[in-house]
Amino acid sequence: MFKKLPFILMTLSFVLVLAACGSNNNAGTEGSASNGSGEAATELSGNILAVGSTALQPLVEQAGQKFMAVDEYKNVTVQVQGGGSGTGLTQVSDGQATIGNSDVFAEEKLEDEAKAKELVDHQVAVVAIAPVSNKDAGVEDLTKQQLIDIFSGKITNWKDVGGADQAIVIVNRPGSSGTRATFENFALGTKVEDIQGSIQEDSSGTVKKLVSETPGAIGYLALSYLDDSLTVLKYEGVEASVENVEAGTYPVWAYQHMYTKGEPDAATKAFLDYMLSDEIQLTDVKELGYIPVSGMKVKRDATGAVTQ
Amino acid sequence: MNSNMKPRRPLREKHYWEDWTGRIYTSICVVFLIVVMFSIVYFVASKGLTTFFRDGVSLREFIFGRTWNPSAEPSAYGALPFITGSFTTTLLAALIASPLSLCAALFMTEIVPGKGKKILQPAIELLSGIPSVVYGFIGLSVIVPLMRTLFGGAGVGIAAGCLVLAVMILPTVTSIMADALSALPKGLRESSYALGATRWQTIYRVIIPTVLPALLTGVVLGMARAFGEALAVQMVIGNAPHVPTSLLESASTLTSVITLSMGNTTMGSVHNNALWSMALVLLVMTFVFVILVRLLERRNRV
Repeated sequence: MFKKLPFILMTLSFVLVLAACGSNNNAGTEGSASNGSGEAATELSGNILAVGSTALQPLVEQAGQKFMAVDEYKNVTVQVQGGGSGTGLTQVSDGQATIGNSDVFAEEKLEDEAKAKELVDHQVAVVAIAPVSNKDAGVEDLTKQQLIDIFSGKITNWKDVGGADQAIVIVNRPGSSGTRATFENFALGTKVEDIQGSIQEDSSGTVKKLVSETPGAIGYLALSYLDDSLTVLKYEGVEASVENVEAGTYPVWAYQHMYTKGEPDAATKAFLDYMLSDEIQLTDVKELGYIPVSGMKVKRDATGAVTQ
Repeated sequence: MNSNMKPRRPLREKHYWEDWTGRIYTSICVVFLIVVMFSIVYFVASKGLTTFFRDGVSLREFIFGRTWNPSAEPSAYGALPFITGSFTTTLLAALIASPLSLCAALFMTEIVPGKGKKILQPAIELLSGIPSVVYGFIGLSVIVPLMRTLFGGAGVGIAAGCLVLAVMILPTVTSIMADALSALPKGLRESSYALGATRWQTIYRVIIPTVLPALLTGVVLGMARAFGEALAVQMVIGNAPHVPTSLLESASTLTSVITLSMGNTTMGSVHNNALWSMALVLLVMTFVFVILVRLLERRNRV
């Protein structure tokens, strides 16, 4: 009898945990929301769960660690998960996550417009994307039209754009990728179909490895991934640099969004404000290769219209 | 703990209680297992079938359509490129791994039974402990450049994918084959030797025909593993959504396209549902593999 007791207890606790899991989703977030606003006057507390974009994940993680180390916010827990922009937007819209991280505007991703309208956008950083090629391609600069021709399969050899006599290997992102959407929207200005024989990878590390090692390869990467192992191509003669992005002369960039469903509660608001404070924007954002939103001299809305 | 405790109840009653706690514990576990299994099947099936019943993608288009373009207008949801990719990589991986596994298993059980089992078996089992992302990275750093220098082109493709998969399924296939071979009654070999057969003749004419169904079980289980493997293949196969014309051209598998796109699409969108349909195809294929193994096992018993 006593030998079996641990087993029985284990089973019972297992069943209880499972039962708790079932109702966890709603109870968890509601609880944290009311905690956050209810005790705001004295001390902030609550759980913040940020889910989504893997491109934004390192920044939110690092900022979250720093945020929790601040004395004032020590009762707030920030958890960060990846999963992709689509997952982030779905979960925040369903109330499973407090914050949904996304590379793209919710309007572009969510099919249900009513759901997109419920979400409040907080733009915390900017990521610029540059076309890159293998070092042997022998090209430094490509125009918009040349890029379109390459990515739509019209030009298949580097010699046609003034480079070496070398077949072009396209290293693309999958059709659903936020990075690809940014590249297509602002560098090509059009969607392109996948070319037979092209390569698709979603991880920037793999893209970088493939482009730097495959002769004749072309791809695109966020600025934080660029180094000497690749040729960073100029776009219409403009170099992909932080200054050019901030001044609005280099167009291939996108906001990193942190969406909340409705207005955020006190704890979440404190965290989002902290993300936008100089403490994060001028140090961690730059250090991790993003561009601070505060430095941007141009603004862009969901339709892609740019204003000074 | 029990020894210094005086039994207060009669012995029979104690056994009675032990028996019942055991029964309740196992019943709870079994019920839990069944519930989990059915909910997973229900979840994948309900999501996967939405593509056909609600979103209006025809099953014919999904299985035989060669164009995959969910973001275009009009969108196309042909999954044939991924289905062919999955099947070719799996079959080729099994073709490469099976002979190697058979040799390794024969070496361990028939040729050098003592040392072979002590050295080779742990060495092969070590392979199954390596995480698949490591296999993928080794594939990307070693096999892809090798393919590039040997055959030209980008190096990624089905050829690289099935080589990585073959190494990954080697431990599964080898250990099942070795188990089957060592389970053979000793008398069989001894009678064969007594009749004057050489070791090669014994292996070729007696042992292999006798355990053939069990050997095939190993191959089928290896294929099931290869069919479901996602990460390692995704890193080396290239993932272009096209039916490839050569083994060295970029192709995709069902699993690779699911891992690449699932997180980037929102729940409930047609694109996301189509990915669930692919998961359903994988689930159905796993059922087929399980049924195959069961059939082989039945033959094995006769």
